[in-house]
Amino acid sequence: MVKVLLWGSLRQATDGLTEVEIEATNFKQLLDRLGEAYPGLQPQIKRGVSMSLNGVIYREAWFTEIPPDSEVVLMPYMTGG
Amino acid sequence: MSLDEYTRREFKQVGTRVRRPDGVDKVTGRAMYGADATAPGMLTGRILRCPHAHARIKSIDVSAALALKGVKAVITGDDFAVPEDDFIRDVQENCMARGKALYDGHAVAAVAATDAAAAKAALKAIKIDYEVLPHVTDVDEAMKPGAPVVQAGRVQENVPKGYSENVTAHFEFGHGDMEAGFAKADKIIERSFKTAATHQGYIEPHACLASVTSDGKADLWCCTQGQFYVRTLCSSIMGMEASQLRVTASEIGGGFGGKTTVFIEPVALMLSKKAGRPVKIVMSRDEVFRATGPTVSSSSDVKIGMTKDGRITAGEATLRYQGGAFPCGTTEFGCSAAFAAYDLEAVRTYGWSVLTNRPKEAAYRAPGAPMAVYAVESVVDELCLELGLDPLETRLKNAARKGTKSSYGPTFPDIGLVATLEAAKAHPHYKAPLKPGQGRGLSCGFWFNFGGNTCVSLNVNTDGTVGITEGNPDIGGSRASISLMAAEELGIPYERIRTIVADTSSLGYNDVTDGSRVTFAVGLATIKAARDAIKKMSARAAKIWGIDPEAVEWKDGAAVPAGPNAGKFPPMSLAEIAAVSAETGGPIAGHYEVNADGAGVSFGVHLCDVEVDRETGATKVLRYTVFQDAGKAVHPDYVEGQMQGGAVQGIGWALNEEYIYGPDGRLQNPTFLDYRVPVASDLPMIETVILEIPNPGHPYGVRGVGETGIVPPLAALSNAVSHATGVRMTELPMSPPRVLKAIGGT
Amino acid sequence: MTKLHVSTTINGDPFEFLCAPDETLLDVLRNRLGLTGAKEGCGTGDCGACSVTVNGRLVCSCLVLGAEAEGAEVTTIEGMADGDELHPLQRHFIDGAALQCGVCTPGILVAAKALLEKNPDPSDEELRYWLAGNLCRCTGYDKIIRAVQAAAAEMRGA
Repeated sequence: MVKVLLWGSLRQATDGLTEVEIEATNFKQLLDRLGEAYPGLQPQIKRGVSMSLNGVIYREAWFTEIPPDSEVVLMPYMTGG
Repeated sequence: MSLDEYTRREFKQVGTRVRRPDGVDKVTGRAMYGADATAPGMLTGRILRCPHAHARIKSIDVSAALALKGVKAVITGDDFAVPEDDFIRDVQENCMARGKALYDGHAVAAVAATDAAAAKAALKAIKIDYEVLPHVTDVDEAMKPGAPVVQAGRVQENVPKGYSENVTAHFEFGHGDMEAGFAKADKIIERSFKTAATHQGYIEPHACLASVTSDGKADLWCCTQGQFYVRTLCSSIMGMEASQLRVTASEIGGGFGGKTTVFIEPVALMLSKKAGRPVKIVMSRDEVFRATGPTVSSSSDVKIGMTKDGRITAGEATLRYQGGAFPCGTTEFGCSAAFAAYDLEAVRTYGWSVLTNRPKEAAYRAPGAPMAVYAVESVVDELCLELGLDPLETRLKNAARKGTKSSYGPTFPDIGLVATLEAAKAHPHYKAPLKPGQGRGLSCGFWFNFGGNTCVSLNVNTDGTVGITEGNPDIGGSRASISLMAAEELGIPYERIRTIVADTSSLGYNDVTDGSRVTFAVGLATIKAARDAIKKMSARAAKIWGIDPEAVEWKDGAAVPAGPNAGKFPPMSLAEIAAVSAETGGPIAGHYEVNADGAGVSFGVHLCDVEVDRETGATKVLRYTVFQDAGKAVHPDYVEGQMQGGAVQGIGWALNEEYIYGPDGRLQNPTFLDYRVPVASDLPMIETVILEIPNPGHPYGVRGVGETGIVPPLAALSNAVSHATGVRMTELPMSPPRVLKAIGGT
Repeated sequence: MTKLHVSTTINGDPFEFLCAPDETLLDVLRNRLGLTGAKEGCGTGDCGACSVTVNGRLVCSCLVLGAEAEGAEVTTIEGMADGDELHPLQRHFIDGAALQCGVCTPGILVAAKALLEKNPDPSDEELRYWLAGNLCRCTGYDKIIRAVQAAAAEMRGA
């Protein structure tokens, strides 16, 4: 299981939790299963999210492996100027 | 993918200050920018813009315009199919209104004519019947229930009930027990702040030349930060296949985030399609101000608690950003960046995205961060003052470092903030004496940076030279940096390499030149493409020598047998291998394609001294020093240039620049005379201190440097002016009338 | 509108053109004569990107009529280098990285040259005030000031 930290305003879609546990070994699985477990997250996932894995931010990268005991944080999809 | 880990090395060329390849073209007037291209039979395109802040378009009559001599096409919003995708529809509607004009300057129709005079006459002949609607341009007003609704139906699921429909998104970030945090504080300060919208202010107005032919093909020349993204947007809006639309990026006269989308390109394509001739559109400065991307304007509340010895116990910020008439995309980054410089047990940021009757915001260097960091760094400064603490020592005491749980969630890996603060502390500027009436300000700044989709081809020419094809418009000298990294990797002189920026038909997809990504991501792909070419060249040498390819290594620009068992052969240089490439298997090229991650966050610290004229309220910047981590400065001149340019844009934002709206909701200052960007006589030299703390995610340790530099100046200036005047400043810009009012003058 | 016939000298060469009475010199240079080195950044004389000289006087060509070029000597960025030999200002701008996007560069070079012809040894402050009408958004002016001073020193033989 991977512990995923969500930003605060997403907790309305996760029964008030800002940390949820998901069985996933890569970013794609994580997004798919987050959306299945918490359908309320789907609009945000569709708009775009990034994933921070042990402090490194990934924007897309479906097949980025999530090793056990990693720190995983869901973040808004990064843009820049 | 795994990250391309940094390995320590002695650089031979990277880090030198070579001449840029486009230098001569640019100092002789030969470089071709957006407005400099022509095409046979070209028509002049012009756009009609709404003179109201908010109006329903009841009818448009173009018949009189079409009847004029020389007028070849007229279009309105109805000429465009309604895109299915919400985001693409917003982009299209921002280029040309459909049904309702949402801000002063919103495009409502366009013409193509044989010359500028005919086009101007045609615009005058278009008759539009408007029903003027109530408008709102202020963020706080727009949030109130009962405010005029700019666009209905855009509210995201995360917005609590009870707000105007203009509030489209709500965010919350942070961790820890706020109540307990504030309870531990010896001093708590709460302040509210406002910042005005500012414009990127690139000197080159948007310009493009579109040519659509009757067989469904199209060519588009334009000044943009990303030709591939322009193709994506325009082909979607025009209902074209991407392969049939070739977009070529001209030399670009500044962008800073403002040229990351389209404004006139779909209009020129549609006019060209309708007229059957090439159409060129060049925006006027007035159009640039009224209808292209300024930043958000903001209103915010910040509350921070601190102990007597300078430990921050809790920090909370509420940020309200209006991003114009379409949903805003930067509030979440303001929330994430606000407290990023601090190691906090209790932190919370709340963000609100708000619609108003203003042009759609566009990215501007570290989009969303400067106004958030301004508010936080102002309160930290005030706490230091009240508690008699040194502002730099206090920041060091609270600084985020490796292992800190960041205010936006992740635990920081190696970051350079402490080193940057230490560099500022050790610099003579920090201890230099000030005269009465002068003030010194300090601020930290932060930006994420990213990598993104990148594709590079590296062609080895038969004469031993190398051509690099990359896909990111060069705004600040990136072709030189990319050539330098290839020269380093290949072991050949910089002068033997030429890097060009390809059109969309010549290379795979590349993300926009933004997010401080080019030197990082294109550099990474270039190094990998060079390694690919080296592998192929080594294989050719192995073939010639009759040895195993694994027994060849690359050293100082040549293939050499590796170890005693590989045989004794003299080294074969890149030029020697290239010269016989036809005989050994054909052309040699290296390629690399990646969606790069591991860009590494970036911190900066700015120090500035000011003097305030108490009679006029004018602020003079006396001394300015920028400290920033570049990971590795590939071309130090252009790294310094990014730091200096960002700092000066921030100085403009802090002191003078602002979008001023009248009660009629119209922009009152759409000229460089009234929207005052910093000029040479306003400024001192901008000293720079580059730190090089290698980014573990790049083979040479490179970190993006383009954006962070605009984040600290707002608070650095505000803190300096507050110290100089003895009055806490809470609104930007600190224009002379506003400063006079604050210090009790007239 | 009846067009005017204008005879002028640009960068030492004779030119003739027809232009409308209300057409700016900048539009004539760019659209009729193919001299696109001067840029239009504002069209209101605020940014200096269109700087040229007319009879030795530094002007914003967006504020001068094409018709005013009749009988005049006009110089533009295209005339600054001597064949393939760059002017010291041009060389120092490249060597000192005094440009990033480069769109303001032609105007700044023309303006700086006009200053050095009057005052070969300006102080930084004189230089900054002289260039106050030429906006640069990329560099923060730091490297521009240094490059002009380096060129001035070279031209003085210092």
